Amino acid sequence: MRITQGTFSFLPDLTDAEIRAQVEYALRQGWAVSVEHTAEAHPRDVYWEMFGMPMFDLKDAAGALLEVNACRKTFPQHYVKVNAFDATQGFESTRLSFLVQRPADEPGYRVVRQEGAGRAIRYTVERR
Amino acid sequence: MNGPDDLTPAPEAIDLAALARDAGVPDVLAELERDLVGLQPVKSRIRDIAALLTVDRGRRLLGLPSDPPSLHMCFTGNPGTGKTTVALRMAQILHALGYVRKGHLIAVTRDDLVGQYIGHTAPKTREVLKKAMGGVLFIDEAYYLYRPENERDYGQESIEILLQVMENQRDDLVVILAGYRDRMQTFFRSNPGMASRIAHHIDFPDYSEPELEAIAGLMLDKMGYRLAPDAQDALREYIARRVRQPHFANARSIRNALDRARLRQASRLVALTGRPVSREDLTTIAAQDLRASRVFND
Repeated sequence: MRITQGTFSFLPDLTDAEIRAQVEYALRQGWAVSVEHTAEAHPRDVYWEMFGMPMFDLKDAAGALLEVNACRKTFPQHYVKVNAFDATQGFESTRLSFLVQRPADEPGYRVVRQEGAGRAIRYTVERR
Repeated sequence: MNGPDDLTPAPEAIDLAALARDAGVPDVLAELERDLVGLQPVKSRIRDIAALLTVDRGRRLLGLPSDPPSLHMCFTGNPGTGKTTVALRMAQILHALGYVRKGHLIAVTRDDLVGQYIGHTAPKTREVLKKAMGGVLFIDEAYYLYRPENERDYGQESIEILLQVMENQRDDLVVILAGYRDRMQTFFRSNPGMASRIAHHIDFPDYSEPELEAIAGLMLDKMGYRLAPDAQDALREYIARRVRQPHFANARSIRNALDRARLRQASRLVALTGRPVSREDLTTIAAQDLRASRVFND
């Protein structure tokens, strides 16, 4: 099951040229770009592993692509995403985040139901 | 990319001069001529590169095959001959000509590239390369990267990463190595891979005395000072003496001399009592400010 997290996730996977154009846009806005990866893209796991430092002094998208490719090479079966962080006062948060790699086999997640005390129904998300 | 559109047939002829004008080449070259004194070999090489890039653009417009040329360079020359200044200019020029996308310059030395323990060098070098993408990476005193006396030196690792990026991402960044002539030659002898990937070796000649005087004039202009008429002679004499003394560093020595002259001028003006200081006083370097120099003590 194809997971849909972050921007553009309902679209076909972005090509390198498209990733480059998005990063270029983020840099033009003055956002800091970073690369993160994870083996388990559980919707609750908001924080993924950082791949290197956020690139604060980056001037050109080629640098980010270098990092993305290094991450893909190191973790070929991980989810990899690119984040763009806006440090402007009032925002101070990620403004753009999109997947740039998915593993070949995506098991996906499903909702499971559980009956608790007093017949309360609880739901949780677990890996398929 | 602004490649030729497939639907319209490629034109049969193009006006290269107009192409150069559109890219602002004549302005850039004129500015270079105005701001840099002497350095004929450097200027002529920059003119050649500008011509090459213009022709390359013309070929692309006519639908001819055009491979972006390799523009990695090596600047050799004595201290103070303007290597860093020209590198900064080179970034702007290549940006104006559309060869690099952003036109910034990242100046680094061995410390910024080479780590202190195993596994530290590669990320450090990559970090610098990432920052330099789309611009120019200037490696000052590049020969320190290679230490033949220590075969386990991490510099070699850094050189290998540099070589790989210089080869594979030619259109993403331009690397300029700089250093003293003889030591750069030793460096290239022990790193033939590096030597063969650098297309342009540019030698910066020492400045002649009249050139140094012209440089001093430009520097003073920029700082908003001028020389009193007799100070001009003092400056000429100063340069003639300084050139013969040890540790002479071309334009850098001139800059230092002018900074010290400003210092003396300032003390002279502060000590001045009895009349208000005029605009004239504040902008004029007198002969005595220069003649107080240690250079005249023999």
